[in-house]
Amino acid sequence: MLDAARTVVFRDLLLALRRRSDVATALLFFLIVASLFPLGIGAEPNLLRAIAPGVIWVAALLSSMLSLSRLFAADHADGTLEQMLLGVSPLGVVAGAKVLAHWLVSGLPLVVIAPVIALQYDLPQSLYGTLALSLLLGTPVLSFVGAIGAALTLGLRGGGVLLALLVLPLYVPVLIFGAGSVDMASAGLAPDGQLLLLAALLVVSAAFAPWAIAAALRISTE
Amino acid sequence: MSAAIRWFWFASPQTFFPLAGRIALACWVLAALLAGAGLYVGFFVAPTDAQQGEAYRIIFIHVPAAWMSMFLYVVMAFWAALGLAFNTRLSSMMASAIAPTGALFTFVALWTGALWGRPTWGAYWVWDARLTSELILLFLYLGFMALQAAIDDPRRADRAGALLAIVGVVNVPIIYFSVQWWNTLHQGASVSLTRAPSMAATMLAGMLLMALAFWLYSIAASLTRVRCIIRERE
Repeated sequence: MLDAARTVVFRDLLLALRRRSDVATALLFFLIVASLFPLGIGAEPNLLRAIAPGVIWVAALLSSMLSLSRLFAADHADGTLEQMLLGVSPLGVVAGAKVLAHWLVSGLPLVVIAPVIALQYDLPQSLYGTLALSLLLGTPVLSFVGAIGAALTLGLRGGGVLLALLVLPLYVPVLIFGAGSVDMASAGLAPDGQLLLLAALLVVSAAFAPWAIAAALRISTE
Repeated sequence: MSAAIRWFWFASPQTFFPLAGRIALACWVLAALLAGAGLYVGFFVAPTDAQQGEAYRIIFIHVPAAWMSMFLYVVMAFWAALGLAFNTRLSSMMASAIAPTGALFTFVALWTGALWGRPTWGAYWVWDARLTSELILLFLYLGFMALQAAIDDPRRADRAGALLAIVGVVNVPIIYFSVQWWNTLHQGASVSLTRAPSMAATMLAGMLLMALAFWLYSIAASLTRVRCIIRERE
C-alpha cells in the first residue's frame, strides 16, 4: 500500500520534472497576480503592507486552483486512471499520493517564493516566518479540497470555470485563517490560534478528502 | 405486506408521481392562505418598531427566507446522500428539485437584507458574518446546480451532485465559524445586528405565519419540480 503511494508520488514528480513549463506557469501566475495589485491600487507603502497577507493568500488560492484541472486530466486521457481504479491498491491511497505530488510541485514552491512577494510589499521581516508557516499548513488543504472538485469535473465541458465555482467557496476558511494568522502577527499578537486551526483543517482534509476524491473519480469514470 | 415494503412504496417515481401532485396542490393552496394571513398581520396588525419605524416590516420576509435557505441546503444534502447510499432514483431527483428553491430563498434573504440595511445601517452591504456566510451559501447552491447542468448523463449528474452536496454540508459550519471569527478579527463594533430582545406577540405571530407559508411553498415548489423531472426522465 505504501509502495503504491510512493510509486505514484515519484511517477508524478518525474512527469512534472519532464514538463517543467507546467510548474513554472502556475508559479509565474502567482507572481503576476501579486504584482498586479500595486499597479491597480497605487504603491503607497502603508497600504501595501496592510493588504500584503491577503493578496499573497488570494494569489496562492488562484494559482493552486489553476493547476488543479491538470491533476487527473492527463491520466484520464491516456487510460492510466482506469488502471489505477482497477488496481489492487486502495484508490483513496492513490488519490492521496497524487494530491501529495500535486502539492509538492504547486504548493511548496509558493511557500518558497512568497517571501519575494512579501519583500515587494515591504512586509516586516519578522512576519516571514508566520507567512511561510501559514502557507505550509494551508496550501496542502487547498490541494486536498480542490482535488475533490477536479475529480468531479473530470472530462466535463467548461471544466475550468466550473471547477472555480465549485472549489473557491470551499477555500474560504483556509483564506481567512491563513491571511488572518499573518494579520495577527503584524498586529503584535500571537498567531498560534489561527495556525492551529489551519493545522486542524489540514488533518481533517488529509483524513477524509482522499476517500471523497476516490468516490468522485469512480463517479466520473464509470 | 411487511412494513419495510410499505416504507419504500412511494420511493418509486411511478407511485410517487400522483401523490406528489396531490400534496403539491394542497401545499400551494395552504401556502397562499398562510402568506396572505402572514402579510396581513405583518403589514397591518403588528405595531411599528420603536427604533426602526416601518422599515423593520421587511423582517417578515427576510428572516423566514434566511431560515429556509439554510434549512433547505441540509434537506438537499440529506436527499442527495440517501440517493447515493441506497441508489434510489427519486431521492436524487428530490435533491435536484430542492436546489433552485434553496438558491431562490438565499437570494431573497440577501436582497431583502440589502433593502433593510440601507435605511437602518445606511449601507446596502456590510461585511457582516451572517451576510458573508449567506453569500457563500448562495455560491454553494449555484455550484451544485452548475455541476448538475454541466453533466449530460443524469445518473452521473445525480451522484456527482450528491458528493458535492455532502462535501458542502460538512463545510458549511466550518465556513460559518471561520467567517464569524474573521469578522470579529477585522471589524470593530461598527454595525450590530442584534435587535431589541423583546418582540411583540403579533410580530412573532406574523413571522411564524410567514415561516410556515415559506415551508409550504418550498414543499409545493419542490414537488412540482420533481414531477417535471420524473416526466422528463421516466
